[in-house]
Amino acid sequence: MGEFAYVAPTSVADAIDVLQEHARSGRRVQALAGGTDLLVQLRGVDKAPRTIVDVKKIEETNRLDIGSDEIYIGAAIPSALLNENAELKALLPGLVEAADLIGSSQIQGRATLGGNLCNASPAADTTPAMIANRGVCVIASGGGSREMPVEAFCTGVGVNALAADEFLLGLKFPRPPARTGDAYLRFIPRTEMDIAVAGCGVSLTLDDTGVCTAARVGIGAVAPTPLRVDAAAEALLGTGVGDAALAAAGVACTAASSPISDKRGTVQYRRKVVAVLCRRAGAIARGRALGAA
Amino acid sequence: MSKIHVQTTINGEQVDFLCPPQQSLLEALRETLGMLGTKEGCGTGDCGACSIILNGRLVCSCLMLAAEAQGQEMTTIEGIADADGLHVLQEKFLEHAALQCGICTPGFIVAAKALLDRDPNPDERTIRYWLAGNLCRCTGYDKIVRAVQDAAQQLAYEA
Amino acid sequence: MAEAVDYQVLGTRPVRPDGVDKVTGRAQFGADQNLPNMLHGKILRSPHAHARIKRVDLSKALAMDGVCAAVTGADFPTVASGVSIGEAGGDVMDIAHNVMARDKALYHGHAVAAVAATSLEIAEQALDAIDVEYEVLPPVLDVLQAMAPAAPLLDENCFTKNLPEKPDKPSNVASVMALSRGDVEAGFEQADLVVEGEYRIPMAHQGYIEPHACTATVNEEGKATVWCCTQGQFDFRTAIAKILDWKVGDMKVVPSEIGGGFGGKTVVYLEPVAVLLSQRAGRPVKMVMSREEVFRATGPTSGTVCRVKVGAKQNGRITAAKAWLAYESGAFPGAPVGPGAMSIFAPYDLENFLVEGHEVRVNKPKVAAYRAPGAPQSMHAMEVALDDLARQLNMDPLDLRMVNAADEGTQAPYGPKFPAIGFKACIEAAKKHPNYTAPLLEGAGRGVAAGFWFNVGMQSSAEVRLNEDGTVIVMEGNPDIGGSRASMSLMAAETLGVPYEQVKTYVGDTESTGFCNLTGGSRTTFATGMAVVRACEDIIAQCRSRAAATWGVDEEQVEWRDGQAVPAPGVNADVNPLSLADLAAGAPRTGGPILGRASLNAQGAGASFSVNFTDLKVDQETGAVEVLSFTAVQDAGKAIHPAYVEGQMQGGAAQGLGWALNEEYIYDADGVMENAGFLDYRVPVASDLPMIDTEIVEVRNPSHPYGVRGVGETPIVAPLAATANAVRDAIGIRINDLPLSPPRILAALGGE
Repeated sequence: MGEFAYVAPTSVADAIDVLQEHARSGRRVQALAGGTDLLVQLRGVDKAPRTIVDVKKIEETNRLDIGSDEIYIGAAIPSALLNENAELKALLPGLVEAADLIGSSQIQGRATLGGNLCNASPAADTTPAMIANRGVCVIASGGGSREMPVEAFCTGVGVNALAADEFLLGLKFPRPPARTGDAYLRFIPRTEMDIAVAGCGVSLTLDDTGVCTAARVGIGAVAPTPLRVDAAAEALLGTGVGDAALAAAGVACTAASSPISDKRGTVQYRRKVVAVLCRRAGAIARGRALGAA
Repeated sequence: MSKIHVQTTINGEQVDFLCPPQQSLLEALRETLGMLGTKEGCGTGDCGACSIILNGRLVCSCLMLAAEAQGQEMTTIEGIADADGLHVLQEKFLEHAALQCGICTPGFIVAAKALLDRDPNPDERTIRYWLAGNLCRCTGYDKIVRAVQDAAQQLAYEA
Repeated sequence: MAEAVDYQVLGTRPVRPDGVDKVTGRAQFGADQNLPNMLHGKILRSPHAHARIKRVDLSKALAMDGVCAAVTGADFPTVASGVSIGEAGGDVMDIAHNVMARDKALYHGHAVAAVAATSLEIAEQALDAIDVEYEVLPPVLDVLQAMAPAAPLLDENCFTKNLPEKPDKPSNVASVMALSRGDVEAGFEQADLVVEGEYRIPMAHQGYIEPHACTATVNEEGKATVWCCTQGQFDFRTAIAKILDWKVGDMKVVPSEIGGGFGGKTVVYLEPVAVLLSQRAGRPVKMVMSREEVFRATGPTSGTVCRVKVGAKQNGRITAAKAWLAYESGAFPGAPVGPGAMSIFAPYDLENFLVEGHEVRVNKPKVAAYRAPGAPQSMHAMEVALDDLARQLNMDPLDLRMVNAADEGTQAPYGPKFPAIGFKACIEAAKKHPNYTAPLLEGAGRGVAAGFWFNVGMQSSAEVRLNEDGTVIVMEGNPDIGGSRASMSLMAAETLGVPYEQVKTYVGDTESTGFCNLTGGSRTTFATGMAVVRACEDIIAQCRSRAAATWGVDEEQVEWRDGQAVPAPGVNADVNPLSLADLAAGAPRTGGPILGRASLNAQGAGASFSVNFTDLKVDQETGAVEVLSFTAVQDAGKAIHPAYVEGQMQGGAAQGLGWALNEEYIYDADGVMENAGFLDYRVPVASDLPMIDTEIVEVRNPSHPYGVRGVGETPIVAPLAATANAVRDAIGIRINDLPLSPPRILAALGGE
């Protein structure tokens, strides 16, 4: 119980075995993907011994499939790799940009979508972008596997929906239809290296007259968990995504937010800026949808 | 505590070492292997002083477990110069006075090498954003950016 | 302006002597010293910002396997107040009690106990096993609150110094001071208009990238050796010896390369603890701070409240200026309010002024020097007020400064008359600068401010050794924090008349080189440089004497020219010139090795003035600032190695911009710093900044053989106000307080 251990299973079954064994014994266990959050925790706030299960050696966590209907991104693929994938970048530019915003070039070499999500920070950059893109979590579980929408995955600050014998395998996204564009923007005080003070991801589909036929909006850092904001999406639906619609979507984001004041920003600031980000991200998404026609 | 046997390649040489499961790669490099050129400025991935290149990718060695290095290949600051002498980046850092105290310099040179390896002709903005994970408190970055620009030109000229 | 002096090597930009080791990872910094059989030491830190320490029980920690020593404040000798440790942080008792708390913990992170163990993990576990009983007291965190009569008191024995009458009650106000000239009230009556404001700036950290680190070993005869990153091995030796009641002669301090200091490594934290632990354990002890410890427990600079009032005539001439300054000193006295008060009006020729300063103790870390200590805060207030004044007068801000600028012969507010100074030259250079004559981008703002720092001289020694092949070694005692070895080599080469490559400069430990005060006060190139020049002149004198003996002429008949001894004009001697190499080769026959020495207490460090201006844009919807350009103009006297002078200017600008825009200590109500890491203590990153344009002005300092003025500190002074004034220009609203963080700017814009 009192010591650290490190295991690196090479199959889903082996990983589940490790998790189940720990669930039975009550010994603490934690999954490791890129490690850019976990290593910081080990050094500072939470040094308690545990077994670290490195999930990077498993095929399913490293696979990147761009299918005709669906895109699958393994939970342990580092951001840098997503950014280097031209096809993915063309299909989901906002999501890739969100992944590209996590930390420095150095962090990019390690940090993963899966880790960003499982860490369950309210300010995780990729989560609102995944929500906007209708992301679905693929979870390996003692009982097989299960799926859930990204917006249901984070259940509180630092808490996720995984059971003791589960881990995140990957994320699925519907392949965006024609005339779809996405974007993610966040606000930070510097140009790099900060945690989001507020973030907003938008995905839009337009018809051939430029009218919005589908929309999703996700926001981050303005509530205990990243949120899907349906009211913001509704404000865009059926419109040409002009200034008025975008402003209304922004207002909806502000209304949906319940931020705190902390060292990174005030309640007032976050409420105001999340609307600004929604407007700006929406405009970019619209531009991309038109360009992607 | 049982230690883990790690086999890895550092600067082209096969290296074996033992590490406790929770030890960071930075600690293994510095404490176990005595490779002190890689520096620790924060231990939380915020300063880049511990930058190394792992399988061609720039990473913070403080944010990796030493155990994760099993079977991997890495380049540290000690492997940037070779028998023929300094790397162009090292020469340009000296020429441009791109270091003052020098504690961040190994990390900057490793990070800049990783950049030029993938993008031989980066513009100023690309350099600044790529190096945003490397903190320098002395120079204001001006001379560092110029040194990297000049190194890129020199490498292009030599190529 | 610049004198037409033809130098051989001064003003060139050669590669620094320590450069190759620093770009290859060979250079040894503070944490790079390991010794056989070494233990790892860690500090237990107070979890309370203000608490009485009732009891510390080390027994459980000491009983652990692998724990070799543990100490508390009770294990340190009692140190009486009243002895100052020169440049290394103030009163010895305060420093001793900051190194290890005695009966009270005065800030969150204050050292309470320490252990040494066979591994870092065991040391950390041992800290958890130390049992401390605290009586938690209410903290006081704000400078104005701490001044209030009913404020919680940090120290029952602290009676305000410099009051006309000795106070009968203790106070958090450690001292007050005042500086005045003329009749301020009469001056305000003459004024056509008056501007005033109150300006607040929170604590900020030096933010050097290398955490404090040291390794100490004490042998059986009680001789200690300490390797550490320090700005001054000699001043550290004094401090450690005084704190531990040790003989200076039994203490050797070896400076490692230093990974930044900016004033913050002028003070001991770990070193006395490591020595004591090593003495107890009989083994070497290494101690390295985490970044979090650096933020929580090492010297930030003062948070401040400054009030300024300035009156002027329509023509811009200032008739009176008044300032009220309150500086946080942290847990112990030592706030730089004195230099803050002396610098605030220093660039200006004022008939009437009054400055009142207060240093105030609060439950935060003891402040340490930070680059031009005290000046950025007070001068921010003055330079912002002047910007407001220029606007009301509809005057170019540089013209307003020129109308009032101090010049040679002006009596400085702090006493002496300025010799030749370069302030007016800086204003003129700024006014002509292409970045200033260029039009402002649509929507952008431009801000101007002046900077100043006194610079100091102090004690330095240097030894110059002529090797047997004519190469030269310069030994001196100032840790090289930004290229000073190169400057020393340049000055030595120039003086001796030899190529730069022929001279190598080394920084010695306390046993291998003569006494030098620490690297600080922008003194090294000036004072130690002067010692190097004198030591080279000593070499030249000896060389002339050796040549004279060789040639059988009088010493006066030998001159030193272009690195050679030559017969003086008119001397009839049929001889070949003798180079340094010739003289070195002949030394065994002419009297033995040739060694030059100098030691001095340098006087006449010339003040360095600056003018900075910056263009920036503000995102009106988020409050984010984008710095478009930054221009620093500064008088360097003579730039020995211009690239490193520019580097000082650029680095100071970056630090000042960080301080102006985002850096601040954020505390919760219990006095716990909430942003003790580089993630949320936001120093500028490369993508935050543009290229920083520099223009070096050279107005020779008459007190230095080559005209040098210190350049290291002035660069951080002006950026605070220049940035604030540019934000004012961009958004049309004056924000008095720093940092100009996005939430503060958006709130000012009426975002909410």
